[in-house]
Amino acid sequence: MAAVALGAAVTGASFGAISVGSGLPWWLPVLMSVAIFAGGSQFMAVGIVAAGGSPAAAVVAGLVLNARHLPFGLAIGDVLGKSPLARIVGSHLLIDESTAFAMAQKDPARARAAYWACGVALFFSWNTGVLIGALAGQAIGNPSTFGLDAAFPAAMLALTLPALKDAATRNAALVGGAIALATTPFLPAGVPVLLALAGLFVFKTKKEEPCPSPQS
Amino acid sequence: MPVAAVLILAAGTFAIRFAGPLLRDRVTLPDKVNELMTASATVLLFALVAVSTFTNGKQFGGWALVIGVLVGGLAAWRKLPFVAVIVLAAATTAGLRLIGVA
Repeated sequence: MAAVALGAAVTGASFGAISVGSGLPWWLPVLMSVAIFAGGSQFMAVGIVAAGGSPAAAVVAGLVLNARHLPFGLAIGDVLGKSPLARIVGSHLLIDESTAFAMAQKDPARARAAYWACGVALFFSWNTGVLIGALAGQAIGNPSTFGLDAAFPAAMLALTLPALKDAATRNAALVGGAIALATTPFLPAGVPVLLALAGLFVFKTKKEEPCPSPQS
Repeated sequence: MPVAAVLILAAGTFAIRFAGPLLRDRVTLPDKVNELMTASATVLLFALVAVSTFTNGKQFGGWALVIGVLVGGLAAWRKLPFVAVIVLAAATTAGLRLIGVA
């Protein structure tokens, strides 16, 4: 878990520095990280706005990106705890990593402990990283001199790479990427990225089981 | 990036997260929907990678940018640490621009 927390801190620092490099004040990526606490959608929103897209497109793309948290919550929602406060705070800590850590435990008590430990550790390491990165980013100056416009897509590519190993996802992503590129010259920035979702029409679920499995 | 947009995204994201634990006794999503949600996240991120690698938001963004991102992608594929990916991408693009590649 320490390695995961360290990784989050480093990714957070990159997010902070790149955001400030793209012209945001230092406190805005910090506010995003505390309030949104979902790295992919933060990169997404800043990237769309940095490319000249509207904040509305950034919000819509971020929300679609975070929709995957709904099935996470349905799957492991019982590990948060029963009290309203535990549910509210616990929901904010619902991220890919804390879900994975909880699902790796069979015993409910240990699953709860793992979920909270991972969520709290990542909340602190992610936000500390973003703060450090944002402050350091202020010293950088003109982003294109230092190739920061390349750092941004490279960071997101690194985040997507594991998911692209799945052939169905990869095909959908390639079609979507082609649609976004082809429409970029003609549409307002941010819209082509949303149009890329049309790539999901070629997305086929992996296993078409002839009969439903007993546990489903 | 206006503060209002940040707060709307934050509120929406929290609503999505809170809905799961709240509704889990009443709702089960079909596997197909779960997989589509996960795939859509990847499709969106990858589309933004494509657009911000090849364009400056409107037209072709120059070879220095493209090559820099490709070097970063290669580093990520070779499982180099995240920081190395970012530094390699930025340094490549900056270096190419320094020697006059647009």
